[in-house]
Amino acid sequence: MLQSGAETYRAEDTMARMAEAMGLEDSHSFVTPTGIMFQASESQSAKLARIIERTTDLQKVAAVNDVSRKLGSRDISPSQAHIRLMDINRAGHEYAVLLQIVTAAAASGCFTFMFKGSMADIIPGILCGGAGFSMFLALHRLVKVKFFAEFSASFIIGLLAVIFVALGMGQELDKIIIGSVMPLVPGLLITNAVRDLMAGHLVSGLSRGAEAFLTAFAIGAGIAVVATIF
Amino acid sequence: MASLSPISIILHLITSFIASAAFGILFNAPRRMLLQCGLAGMMGWITYILLATRLDVVFATVVATFIVGVISQLFARLHKKPVIIFSVSGIIPLVPGGLAYDAMRQFVESEYNLAIQLAAKALLISGSIAIGLVLSEVINQMIIKLARLRRPAKSEIKLPLSQPPKDKPSQ
Repeated sequence: MLQSGAETYRAEDTMARMAEAMGLEDSHSFVTPTGIMFQASESQSAKLARIIERTTDLQKVAAVNDVSRKLGSRDISPSQAHIRLMDINRAGHEYAVLLQIVTAAAASGCFTFMFKGSMADIIPGILCGGAGFSMFLALHRLVKVKFFAEFSASFIIGLLAVIFVALGMGQELDKIIIGSVMPLVPGLLITNAVRDLMAGHLVSGLSRGAEAFLTAFAIGAGIAVVATIF
Repeated sequence: MASLSPISIILHLITSFIASAAFGILFNAPRRMLLQCGLAGMMGWITYILLATRLDVVFATVVATFIVGVISQLFARLHKKPVIIFSVSGIIPLVPGGLAYDAMRQFVESEYNLAIQLAAKALLISGSIAIGLVLSEVINQMIIKLARLRRPAKSEIKLPLSQPPKDKPSQ
């Protein structure tokens, strides 16, 4: 659940609810974006789980939430719930990779318009966004360093945007770039970080903030390299 | 942009809808919820666009996210799904990703004064997004509690229907 981008308090809440449904009264959990600690009761030892990869997968969040709800209302037994959770864990992305790239491209085009780009900028925005996002997906699969994938994706975006403007297909370089980096940009992470901080989850707020900062830095650096070349 | 023509408003509606729904796909939202994701994003963005021409950007963001939050709570109730599905896709158009990127670019190009300005602005806007979301959540909880006090645990499903009028005065 945490790997799929749920808020920390939601993960804590879900665990508490599940534990209560199974008859464990005094369970404790401590959740940060990089690890979960959970103690079922005073007499048992605590368990630790490490979270290595973090993405956003709302499908999984919804599915786990559903299981915990049903467990809470005694619709399913703990063993059934366990089987379902395992199924959820194994499930992949619901949408095909091609569809993801197409939607990323469409979103880029829309953002180019929404951020006051002119009509002529929309098509380059779509192309740059699609190329950048497919680059990101491909590299992220090859190398497990997210930073590098983000850096090269934004590099490609910058390069393509410069070429399009030079060819006369687009007008405003800035708008095209901003529109097409939107699928990569960590806006959601920043917001989540601030939200965690406000809710008093200081550790998770800071670590999410650091992650967002790194991502933004990678993207900014990728574009800046292009900007310095031309 | 001082005033918006009806055509550009319609274009903004369409583009923000597509963008939010597209992010729903990128975030792997359940297939049946994509329409609602897009709707939440659309309402938020149109509020923002209409308010940002007259008011401060930060305030416009707070109001827009508040509306996104209320809509998300409503959809969450109706479809029995966690709120985050709708709110995440809904706030995407409002999120200062462009600003954060811009700030970083200025840093990398060693334009530090401008970079700090932009970064501070991005931080403020993301703070206001968080405030808007928390605000809608708090109000939602208050309504639930008040309703429980009045009629103990009976009319929980009907609540969302009585919710929309509540956010009108704050607009």
